[in-house]
Amino acid sequence: MTEIDLKNVKADKTVDARGTACPGPLLEAKRGMAAVPMAGILEVLSSDIGTTEDLPLWANKVGHQYLGTIEDAGYWRVFVKRGK
Amino acid sequence: MADLAVVTEKKPREDERKIEGLSMVVFSSDLDKALAAFIIANGAAAMDIPVTMFFTFWGTNIMRREGPIQLLEKKTFMEKMFGWMMPKGPNKLVLSKMNMGGMGTMMMKNEMAKKNVYNLPKLIQEARDQGVRMIICTMSMDIMGFKKEELLPGVEFGGVGKFMASADDSRTTLFI
Repeated sequence: MTEIDLKNVKADKTVDARGTACPGPLLEAKRGMAAVPMAGILEVLSSDIGTTEDLPLWANKVGHQYLGTIEDAGYWRVFVKRGK
Repeated sequence: MADLAVVTEKKPREDERKIEGLSMVVFSSDLDKALAAFIIANGAAAMDIPVTMFFTFWGTNIMRREGPIQLLEKKTFMEKMFGWMMPKGPNKLVLSKMNMGGMGTMMMKNEMAKKNVYNLPKLIQEARDQGVRMIICTMSMDIMGFKKEELLPGVEFGGVGKFMASADDSRTTLFI
């Protein structure tokens, strides 16, 4: 997805993991996804740059779809679509 | 002879077994190594990888409970000595480097709290919530005189057989 598309994405749930460090955002993402309906979209806010590398791999590993990342002021918004 | 044939057939073939787990031997009771072990365990569990941690030798100290504990049986003098001399649980561990009589460890803990890195008790709790199996080596417990009631709740007990059974079904095995 392009950045413009991502900006228009309406997430079913947004998890704010800003301020937490590894493995916080990953655990928050896993917990948050449980509240997202099948094929719904989870948005994870993180101020840890490692999250932008970790979440796509996590999504791929557990069967979700990584949609993309937008960089905001001092943090990242990572979008993942629930696949299982 | 017929019995033997049946037994052979029952054994799952290598390619039929599900090999997907992470197994860890946690041998050290250094704070830094324990943190690494539990961060990896939590990350793996979040990725739906079954995790088994086997605490042996010094590592058993990580899983000790703090506070006064009513023991069901008396300890020998040597067992008491071991208990006094070794760190009693996750809050008492020290860094493997730069401990400087406890000052380095304190500074590291402060810095981690400031930067919102989970502390060790929190990581252990998360691991437990995610279903990470934590096995305490009974031989180490025996040497050091640790009783079951002195260890954190939710742990299992076992020996090398229990560890190898899980390691054999794992894709990744670590020694920390």
